[in-house]
Amino acid sequence: MDVFSSLGHGFEVALTFQNLGLAFIGCLLGTVIGALPGLGPSNGVAILIPLSFSLGLDATAALILLTSVYYGAMYGGRISSILLNIPGDEPAVMTTLDGYPMARAGKAGEALAISGIASFVGSFIATWGLVFLAPQLVKVALLFGPAEYFALYVLAFATLGGISSANQAKAAFAAALGLGIAMIGVDGQTGVPRFSFGTVHLYDGIDFLVAIVGLFALSEVLIFLEHRGEGEVHGKVAIGRPVASWAVLKHCTPAMLRSTVIGFVAGVLPGAGASLGSFMAYATEKNISNRDKTFGTGDPRGVAAPEAGNNAAAGGALVPMLALGVPGSGTTAVLLAVLLSLNITPGPLLFAQHPDVVWGLIAALFMANVMLIAMNLPLVGIFARVLLIPPRFLMPLVAMISFVGIYGINGSTFDLYEMVVFGMLGWVLRKFDVPLVPVIMGVLLGNQMEANLRRALTISNGDWGALLHSPLAIALWVLAAVGFLLPIVVGKRVKARMARAKGELAEAMDAD
Amino acid sequence: MGDRALGGVGLALAAFYIWQATRIQESFISDPVGPKGFPFIIGGLLALASLAVILRPDARPHWPSAGRLLEIAVAVAVMVAYAMLLPDLGFVFATALASAYFSWRLGASALQAALAGIAIALGIYVVFHLLLGLTLAKGFLGI
Repeated sequence: MDVFSSLGHGFEVALTFQNLGLAFIGCLLGTVIGALPGLGPSNGVAILIPLSFSLGLDATAALILLTSVYYGAMYGGRISSILLNIPGDEPAVMTTLDGYPMARAGKAGEALAISGIASFVGSFIATWGLVFLAPQLVKVALLFGPAEYFALYVLAFATLGGISSANQAKAAFAAALGLGIAMIGVDGQTGVPRFSFGTVHLYDGIDFLVAIVGLFALSEVLIFLEHRGEGEVHGKVAIGRPVASWAVLKHCTPAMLRSTVIGFVAGVLPGAGASLGSFMAYATEKNISNRDKTFGTGDPRGVAAPEAGNNAAAGGALVPMLALGVPGSGTTAVLLAVLLSLNITPGPLLFAQHPDVVWGLIAALFMANVMLIAMNLPLVGIFARVLLIPPRFLMPLVAMISFVGIYGINGSTFDLYEMVVFGMLGWVLRKFDVPLVPVIMGVLLGNQMEANLRRALTISNGDWGALLHSPLAIALWVLAAVGFLLPIVVGKRVKARMARAKGELAEAMDAD
Repeated sequence: MGDRALGGVGLALAAFYIWQATRIQESFISDPVGPKGFPFIIGGLLALASLAVILRPDARPHWPSAGRLLEIAVAVAVMVAYAMLLPDLGFVFATALASAYFSWRLGASALQAALAGIAIALGIYVVFHLLLGLTLAKGFLGI
């Protein structure tokens, strides 16, 4: 089998002492980053990219480190959901619904063990899905010309907000901002400067790493300054032994498997991502299994489902990112930034030109997953203690690491000023509920998107009809239109359902 | 400031962006779209999105009190000052000062903040410079 020999080769690449060490560090950091409220997978990976870049890691090593962080964060998010009722990151929101009631009933250890195992099952199966699905998608991608690629980028932007997007106008606003920023600098095709206002610093354009770290990490520091003293975490967390009995695990197995499939599909589809994956997994499981009305009161299946779902979605989201070069979520957008900053263009050619990188990465995902389950069951007590690091020490550290990383790229203070400007922009946009991910995607993909548009029109000699010349392109445009308009029609309903699920939790807690 | 103000700023920005795009110099070799085409599309998209935000605004965001706004402004000023002084003061001093400030403003006592500043600066210096060999800014003392 072709796939297996490629995968075997991947393990040869990944199984070096250095790469194993990096995967270990990545898993450790990732779990901590995921567990800490205020540091999610996207800003956690964001502050680490410039560092791995300036440390001169090669492409495979850098990717192994950062995807281990990504998978680790998906494990870590559950810890604070269960122990503190505060989701460590967005995909872990649904885990609070049954996880926290279990912890209040003295079963925190059991909840952590079940969710850890569910995370493993979700990631493990999803990584197999990636192994088999990504090469298939690559075959499809070979049918893509410039016009189809342009349509695909439009589709990615149109669906980015996801079905639960609150305000599509703001998502479009954010995308336009990001694309506009990407245009700054010398035009790649004609060599004329654009929007550089005569400043030499701007001729090279805006480094997307600067934009990402500023928007994600520094704006978070400003948010914490704004809300100083609110919602600080106090007290001790009792965990108990992190074990689950076979009976309980067997009881949860169907839930894990169903949720894995749902999560993986949600991850592969554009615009869904891990948050929606865990939501759909939980909602489906509740519809199927909630005969005794135990969901929301500490049902172990209610912990297993969202965790298997969000970890499977994390694996699924890597499929379009690697095979098409189009990320479907914030964190995969950040991982795309890693590839681009290493001069590797994802897409169909990635599998042909850099098999070492792709298969090494996939092998590393398997390794990271095994390390994570081994780390997360016995050491969960230590991770739980990390949660109690107060923001007054954590956030300065985040800010300073951001500065160090960006300074390390070019040794330029101009980059630091730019980053501060992006930090402020990020804060203002967050206040207005304008999503940041489309901004990042715009900055990342703007130049590629423009290049494909111009290539398509050069081939057609300026005929704009060429953008719709193939059935594939038309299909992508139709999907984009549906994906953009659907949330306007049904978005409120999905949002309301998510809110209702939260409301039921509050009621259940009042009833105690 | 509500969503209408955001939309207004967006419209102004779109107008400015399109105006700047018209001033891009065309080179004598060009493709059918040229360097201006895509920026025009982006400017148009920004204008449309801003109009939609003005026509259907969300609820006003919850703005912090004037004191907190000042807090954020000063924090930004500290970040700018940090970037400016970094090459002169050197990494360790500049970082200790800046992180002590943030730690203090986030609620640590003066002593805690000073210790946190020193610990963060030395910690990053040891891990990233001494162990991992990352280049950090050297000041007048060479650290």
